[in-house]
Formats: sequence, C-alpha cells, structure tokens
Amino acid sequence: MSDERTLQTKAISAHPGSVPGRHMQREVEVCKLIDTTTCIGCKACEVACVEWNDLPFGETTFDNTYQTMPETRWNYWNLIKFNEHTRADGTLMWLMRKDQCMHCADPGCLRACPADGAIVQYENGIVDFQQENCIGCQLCLSGCPFDIPRFNPTTKKVYKCSLCSDRVGQGLEPACIKSCPTGCLHFGTKAEMKELAESRAEQLRNFSGFEKAGVYDPESVGGTHVIYVLHDASDPEAYGGLPKDPHIPIVYTIWKHFLKPIGLFAAFAGLVGIFFQYISFGPRRTLPQPPRKDDNGDR
Amino acid sequence: MATVENLRRMQKSGGSGRTIVYEGEVLRHSVYTRVVHWLVAISFILALLSGFALFTPWLYAWLAPIFGSGARARLLHPWFGLAFVITVLFQFRGWISQMRWQPEDRQWLRQIKDYTIKTDQPEADYVGKFNAGQKIWFWTMGISVLVFLITGVFLWFPEHLGRTAMWICYFFHDLMGLIMLGGFFIHLYEGTGGIPGTLRGMLHGTVTRAWAWTHHPAWYREVTGRDPRTDREGQR
Repeated sequence: MSDERTLQTKAISAHPGSVPGRHMQREVEVCKLIDTTTCIGCKACEVACVEWNDLPFGETTFDNTYQTMPETRWNYWNLIKFNEHTRADGTLMWLMRKDQCMHCADPGCLRACPADGAIVQYENGIVDFQQENCIGCQLCLSGCPFDIPRFNPTTKKVYKCSLCSDRVGQGLEPACIKSCPTGCLHFGTKAEMKELAESRAEQLRNFSGFEKAGVYDPESVGGTHVIYVLHDASDPEAYGGLPKDPHIPIVYTIWKHFLKPIGLFAAFAGLVGIFFQYISFGPRRTLPQPPRKDDNGDR
Repeated sequence: MATVENLRRMQKSGGSGRTIVYEGEVLRHSVYTRVVHWLVAISFILALLSGFALFTPWLYAWLAPIFGSGARARLLHPWFGLAFVITVLFQFRGWISQMRWQPEDRQWLRQIKDYTIKTDQPEADYVGKFNAGQKIWFWTMGISVLVFLITGVFLWFPEHLGRTAMWICYFFHDLMGLIMLGGFFIHLYEGTGGIPGTLRGMLHGTVTRAWAWTHHPAWYREVTGRDPRTDREGQR
C-alpha cells in the first residue's frame, strides 16, 4: 500500500490517457542493493518485512536447507533463497539470495494488468499493488518474469513487496534494509547504488578471486530498482532461479498495447462499414418489390 | 439445471409454447430453437460485455461498472461464458444437420461481393435454410466455444498454470473474442436491418412466404413443395 501524499505516480495499469502527477515533482529513482556475497542468511529481513507490514503469520517448512519456505507467499513477500552450489573445482558454496519484487523499470505485471489503477509505478521506481482496484485475474503473475505476485484466494487479490513505499514516502529506508545486520543490504538512489555495486563487484574480482563477479540489473526489463551483486554474474540461475534474461511476454506488450487496440478499432470500423453498406446499397428486401396488393408480405 | 430439463422436454413434446403460423407464412424456427437462440444470445452478450471490460484499458471504465466493478466483472465473466458454452451445445444439437457445408456454399462465397452490393437480387436457387454466411457464423461459434472453454477454464483458475501457458490462453481467448465481436456485428445487422422480416422469424417463429422464396429459395421449395421462382415471378 502506498502513501499517495508523498509519492508521485509515473505509470498506472490499464489506464487510458495521461497519468496525474507525472513530472510534477523532483524525484530521484530509489534502489535497493543486495550484496549476496555478504549475506549470511540470518532471515532478519524476512522477519522485519512480516513485522512492518503486519502480515499474518504462516507456517514455515523445513527441508534440510537454510530456506524458510519453498517460495514467497501472499503474506510472505521476502524470502532468502538458499542454494548449495557446486563450483567447477568441486568445492561447495552456499548461495543466499534475498528474493522479492525487483521493481522493474518496465514492469511486466503492470503491462499485463487489465484493471485501471490496480498496479502503479511511482516516479521513484517503486511498483506498488493497489488491492482495492485489483480484480483478482492474476494476469500479473503471467507478466512478471521473476515469479513474484502472489494470489490470496480468500480476498481474491494479489500481493507482493511494496519496497515499503509507505516508509520510503516518509523518507525512511525499507524495513528489510533497516534490519540487516551484515550491511549486505543498502538503500539509496539508483545511481549511488549502481556505483556502490560496481565498486563492490570490482573488489570481488580483483581481491577475492571471484573473476566473474558482477552486478545484476537486467536491461531487458529496463533495469530494476532492486539490484544484486553476484559472485558469478554469468550464472544468476544458480541463485534460486534468478532469470538470466528476464522478458515480458510479447502478448502483454505488442499484442495488448498495440495489435489489440488495432483489432478492436477494425471491429468497430467494420460496424461503421456495415452502416454505410446499409446507407449505400440498402437492405435486402423481399422480392418482388413492390409486391402485389394481395401479397401478405411484410411491408 | 431445471432450465435444461425444460428445454429437453420442450424439444421432445413440443409441449411448452407454440408457434402460430398464419396465412401466407412459413414456420422458420420452432419454439425450442427460439428459446435456445435467445438463451445463447443473452449469455453471449453478458459474456461479451464483461469480457470486453477486461479486454482493453479503453473499455474498462465503460463496461466494468455495468457489472458493479471490475472485480465483479471478473467474477461473473466465467459464469456467463459457461452459460454461453452450454447453450451453444443445445443449439448445436438442433442445427448441426442443417449446417453441413455443401459444394454450393463455395459458390455462394464466391459471389459474396454481389450479396452485399446487389441487394435487389434474390438469393440463388440453391440456397437452403441457411446460406454459407450463416453456416460460417455457426461454425465460428462452434470453434469459439471450444477455444473459449479450454482457455477460459485455465484463465478462470490460473493458480497452477505456468506463466507461459497463461499468456498463450490469454492470447487465444482475446483473439477469439475479437473474431466473435466482428461476427456478432454482422449477425446483428443481417438479422435486423440488413434483411427486413428476418427478426420475426426468431421472435414469432414465422416468416412470410415472400421472405422465404427471396432469401432461402431451396428451403422454400422444401417446406412448401412449390417452385420459388414461379411464385416470385407470379407476384409481378
């Protein structure tokens, strides 16, 4: 949920026409930086998320790993994905990746959503669900390349991480950032975080022996407002299924926002065409016209 | 289900409702056919309106309020759609034998331009109870219920559907909706303004003899045993 007093809207799902508030405020793009190389998997961020957002508790599952549950839930927006990764030299490595909404610059959920105002993107880059406008169709699940939105069958609404838009709107950092004990989580402007991430990746490459260390900020979705530093940026899939090349299905881009309106226009143009056919050539009346007087034809 | 039972009984006995055929008229649609047609029509229009509410942002604000809200449109649309599919099945039972594609239907399609322009010409002698255009609409509906049902059930309960399967369903559901919208416009026009005297066939069940020999000559010959051409010329 958002704080509309302080965050200006940049994009609204399924909203014809202009967006009120766009370009009405000086606003920097915010960004969360997750340094997977210094995450110890303590789950403080998971707890902080549940606490701050007052989410009802759900059962956790134990599967012999350091992961709280198999995947995020409608009431659990933030999950440390644990992976035991075997390196090329046969040694093991524990990969901890904080999984949550990536707050894409080009959000697939927002593109797929058919309900006006159910998903908004703020000028600062946060993508937020407005449950009061959500119709529960779950198309956002299909539009999201990161498998983030979660459906609540009771309320028939979809939920996900809001990047604590209520806190950010008041000048605070998100709850997860606040709780992180190792400092693997950072929050600031996108430019600052990108710079910090790149310098950390460089440090890992030059001094820690992670030659392939790099920053995950996929351009295919216009960049994200949650970025990662990975030990091996060439293999994000190893971090609990982080897609290497995330894409929004073209059905929600070219089809929905271009071809479909054209098709609809064509259908209505056809209706106009029918009308003018009627005007130009007239109806197909019963023949012969005019009928003789004793004909019981319809007149 | 009670409605379904009634329909069955109605078809068997011809008991509920009747069609009065007055002098100079021909029975075109039985009570059963009419009832089924209008059940199809009502469910189709409801499904169409609630579906197009979610079709594009440009229609959402216009159509969603008809059903209370977008959420309600989403909730009701699958039920309207299901009603449409079921009623179409009944329509299929009644009409499928008359909708078989015949060699002369190709001939009709070749002259479709004349059909729209030369409106003062009667239909060709071979045109039976339904012309090729009506048959195409019938079979389009048949295909549409298949597509709508398969993709629709998945979109109704997408919880366990992968994101790829979901956008594929979404695409074909959309595409079919668009085709049906276009077809519906044509059907509406042909059934009302385009061919005067047609609508009453679906309301009262009867059409005039002149209507029958003009628009469906072969059918006229079949039901009256008279020659449509002779009767038509005899009126001059």
